[in-house]
Amino acid sequence: MKIFLVLGAGTAGTMIARKMASRLDSSKWQVVLVDKVEQHYYQPGFLFIPFGYYKKDDVVRPIRGFVAKGVEYVLAEVEQLEPAQNKVTLTTGRVINYDYLVIATGTDIHPEETEGLKDGGWRQNIFDFYTYDGAAALAPAISRFEGGRFVVNVVENPIKCPVAPLEFLFLTDAYFTRKGIRNKVDLIFATPLPGAFTKPVASAALGKILERKNIQVEAEFNTGWVDASRNVLSSYDEREIAYDLMVSVPLNKGAAFLGAAGIGDELNYVRVDKQTLQSTQYENIWALGDAANIPASKAGAVIHFQMEAAFKNILQHMAGQPMTHQFDGHALCYIETGQDKATLIDFDYTHEPLRGKYPLPGVGPFDLLGETTINHWGKLAFRYIYYLMMRGIEVPLPNKFSLTGKIA
Amino acid sequence: MTDLVNVAFNAEGFMTDPSQWTREIAEILAKQEGIEVLTPEHWKIIDYCRTTGLASGKAPTLRQITVGTGITTKDLFALFPKGPAKKVAKVAGLGKPEGCV
Repeated sequence: MKIFLVLGAGTAGTMIARKMASRLDSSKWQVVLVDKVEQHYYQPGFLFIPFGYYKKDDVVRPIRGFVAKGVEYVLAEVEQLEPAQNKVTLTTGRVINYDYLVIATGTDIHPEETEGLKDGGWRQNIFDFYTYDGAAALAPAISRFEGGRFVVNVVENPIKCPVAPLEFLFLTDAYFTRKGIRNKVDLIFATPLPGAFTKPVASAALGKILERKNIQVEAEFNTGWVDASRNVLSSYDEREIAYDLMVSVPLNKGAAFLGAAGIGDELNYVRVDKQTLQSTQYENIWALGDAANIPASKAGAVIHFQMEAAFKNILQHMAGQPMTHQFDGHALCYIETGQDKATLIDFDYTHEPLRGKYPLPGVGPFDLLGETTINHWGKLAFRYIYYLMMRGIEVPLPNKFSLTGKIA
Repeated sequence: MTDLVNVAFNAEGFMTDPSQWTREIAEILAKQEGIEVLTPEHWKIIDYCRTTGLASGKAPTLRQITVGTGITTKDLFALFPKGPAKKVAKVAGLGKPEGCV
């Protein structure tokens, strides 16, 4: 029996395991899916937890419900990957000798890498919203907050979903406005970027929204350390920001075993060809989703768009054919801007997000970089679409980026 | 005496042709960035950035520099105050380090 091994049962791992199991001859191949936890998280929903808009049941489901027929799901952590031996050892002691390997172990936050971030203040008046537990712990702290300095901080890029900190700020602004105490809250965004976002047109548009909502931006802020005894955040160039409540997006890194295996970059993201998604070092290894070091957003939509190219390339590789399917780096992100509105950005490796319309037959068009209610409904509808996708129901979104409707 | 007359720069002051770079040019550019003397520590970082930057076609990020050289971020900021990734890239004759995505 040949083994097609998938590490990580998040968005990318769940999807590729299903696709492979439905295509490969089950008398010759066993698809094995490994994850260290039993829960599957709808991670875009974490954003809504701190404000009480979503509850646990909206974002946490058992992994087993999404594992396709014919896929063996193994609950275990990876102890070691030895890519030259095609071998994975699990913490349970089980050894898996694979023929093909897809790495989809995502990215995790590492607050311990920032001096002082976990000293004293962690989960007292310093929180994250990139884990379910962090987002849930933040909810009561926000509802208790009666005024003062509310700081949102990105420690270092790249991060999962680069627009999420902005959405979080917009929702915070809306929350305190509705509560009638927005005038008592100083809302501050400390980011290592020179502005609101990474790409110029979107950065200007989103920067204007921040300004309009009276959110102060502390740009080019390279987070150095936190002094929890004084409630002060410092940058390496020694700027200080005092906070009463801080929501931090800590350093993001891929799984440590990838670095140890010699196939990860300086942040443990797997080095892959950005178009085929195949490892640049081992031809039977692919990396999908956040775990890959491609210069695209770490986001679910990117996974959806890259899946077909990766799947077809793997099949071609198995058949000894040249790989002809190229992922273009396509990303499509709804950005909640508060007051039940959202904006939308659509971009790829070579095109930055532009203004215009995103045509979607039957539903759209959605406004690109404009704030509309239909975009907000698009964002909320996405949760249902996501769960359908995880059960293997295809969604008719074109994979390739297109300039149709965009204003250059 | 080296001068910068024949060296090509973009609007932000980054050299556009890394092959024009010399160690003398680096010293002049460092002075423009407020670094009077380039110590062996500075050179360790500049040489690392030249090697990796020319190989990949991109100036390394802050984290690539700290992981690659073993120099802590704190020390890096002391050597190249304010924005070290940008400053080293400038002094090393490389393009502006790309932001993220």
